[in-house]
Amino acid sequence: MSDIILETRDLTKHYGGVHALQGANFILRKGEHVAIMGDNGAGKSTFVRQITGVEQRTRGEVIFDGKPVHFESPMDAREAGIETVFQTLALADELDVPDNLFLGRELVRFNLGPFSILDYKAMRERTMQALEKTGVKIPNIRNTIRNMSGGQRQCVAIARTATFHSKLTIMDEPTAALGVQETAQVENIVRTLKAAGEPLILISHNMRQVFDLVDRVVVFRRGRICANLDIKNQEFSGEDVVAYITGAKTQPEYEDAA
Amino acid sequence: MADQTTHGVGGLTFDARKRAWPNEMNVFIALIVIILIFEALGAMMMGQSFLFDSNDRFGTIFNEARLKIIILQVAIIGIIAIGSTQVIISGGIDLSPGSIVGLTAMVAMSFAQTALVNGNPNPKAIFSETWMDLPVIIPILVALIIGMLAGMTNGLLIAYTRIPPFIATLGMMVAARGAAKWWSKGNPISFPTDQFASIGNGMNGWAPVLIFVGLAVLFHLILKHTVYGKHTYAIGSNEDAARMSGIKVARHKVLVYTIAGMLAGLSAIVLASKNLTAQAGMGVMYELDAIAMTVIGGISLAGGRGSLIGTVLGALIFGVIISGFTFLRLDAYYQEMVKGFIIVAAVVLDQWRQRRAITR
Ligand SMILES: Nc1ncnc2c1ncn2[C@@H]1O[C@H](COP(=O)(O)OP(=O)(O)O)[C@@H](O)[C@H]1O
Ligand SMILES: [Mg+2]
Repeated sequence: MSDIILETRDLTKHYGGVHALQGANFILRKGEHVAIMGDNGAGKSTFVRQITGVEQRTRGEVIFDGKPVHFESPMDAREAGIETVFQTLALADELDVPDNLFLGRELVRFNLGPFSILDYKAMRERTMQALEKTGVKIPNIRNTIRNMSGGQRQCVAIARTATFHSKLTIMDEPTAALGVQETAQVENIVRTLKAAGEPLILISHNMRQVFDLVDRVVVFRRGRICANLDIKNQEFSGEDVVAYITGAKTQPEYEDAA
Repeated sequence: MADQTTHGVGGLTFDARKRAWPNEMNVFIALIVIILIFEALGAMMMGQSFLFDSNDRFGTIFNEARLKIIILQVAIIGIIAIGSTQVIISGGIDLSPGSIVGLTAMVAMSFAQTALVNGNPNPKAIFSETWMDLPVIIPILVALIIGMLAGMTNGLLIAYTRIPPFIATLGMMVAARGAAKWWSKGNPISFPTDQFASIGNGMNGWAPVLIFVGLAVLFHLILKHTVYGKHTYAIGSNEDAARMSGIKVARHKVLVYTIAGMLAGLSAIVLASKNLTAQAGMGVMYELDAIAMTVIGGISLAGGRGSLIGTVLGALIFGVIISGFTFLRLDAYYQEMVKGFIIVAAVVLDQWRQRRAITR
């Protein structure tokens, strides 16, 4: 059994003439936390969308948990065990916290097809568990998302991933819009995942955060991967990473990407 | 500070009492205020009470006759409004139910005719005698199926061709009205079986109210306690999020519009049965009255917000205003002008509430 949880080979996405993602070869090992960095428009979110079934790739392979996969929808990816916090949070503003956590996979008491009876009590209880597991503080889970702060919304979106047993968690810029304290809360959730041995792909622009949290940094530039930096075991500074992001440097093995 | 965020699970409470003031309460208060206004005007202008038994005519504290008029008036359009509520919560709009009522009433009545009227052949007969005096379930099924097919057509157009709901259902509004006129070349269809007549006239005339209230309760439970209801709110609240969460949005929309069509069909049965006749012009403007009831009841046209309790209260406000104007012997013109004003006011209020919620 290999210790690789996710691998992409030559993963490519073109939007008409826009080559948003070009030949991405990427590997994530079990228990590993990897950050994806890169300028705006570098193709980071596009990469995530190809893995999670939000869009269909132009070409390339995605191998998840040892098997090649072709997710038709985010739900497929979810069922296979990939939980994603998308950059545009997929939350329904008018619904409360348990409703959002279980959106699309509600717990039911009687199965009557579309008219299945909801099990509110069970969903509330599991919501509390998920919030406790992630250390998220929300004053009242019966509040609608509309009435929550940016940080609380982000935490709900993240708690959603923690509600279900997943094999891989992906977070696309989870702290971009948050204040200091809210950011710290999200970072704690990431640490909980690390302690639990759950692998993570974290997209972030925050250098301090990346150096604090992850094992490895993969840099995207103009739709291509241009560096793979083992920051845990080798000496890299923030300036090194910036150099790769801006294009001042490219790793030899990614030369053709430049 | 870091410590605080690491260990805190404090404040993680489920406090049912701490829920926000429900908007339905506001609508209820509005209902009471409007009734009080009519009571005051009644005392000043007519020297009698609007809803209470002022001249000891009924032996109860209420003016039963007027209450019955109010509730009966809103019951038939209220059945349509139950469907409109779901459509609007899902973020859509349905302009077709009035016309669907017309078409369905015509066709259903054709299958509900009795062969002999006072010993003579039915003068309005549509089909031959083998198709008369059918069990009442036949016209009911016919009406439900026509309503569902019309609604499903709306839903398919909206979900799969991405035509805006306003346009798709406008097309259905015009087309179904045309079909209603074509069905009997414009002739009314009358003389139903006793069984069919009892749907809208049974129980001392209260049957339509019972049907309306029964359906309102049923769909309230469905909206609040089933996956269907949850997904309807989710789609109206954030369609992309619903899709990302794995909800089959297109399929769900088809279901919502199909149910709305079915309810229009049901409303047609009650209406045709109550009037003992069907005409191609039946149900004109009902869709707008139904939308007005939902809007007055606090259902947000932006989608995702409101409940059937609101719609029922909205329907009552609607009925109170209409019979209030009749009670004060004011012209129907005023009625319509005030109705229009109240609809606009309700929407303005909703938008103001939305803005306040965002900036808070
Ligand atoms: N749906 C789309 N259609 C066309 N171009 C797109 C689409 N989505 C993203 N792009 C383009 O692809 C490139 C990469 O975008 P994105 O993956 O969002 O970047 P990042 O997340 O790294 O900031 C950008 O140039 C963007 O404009
Ligand atoms: Mg992005």
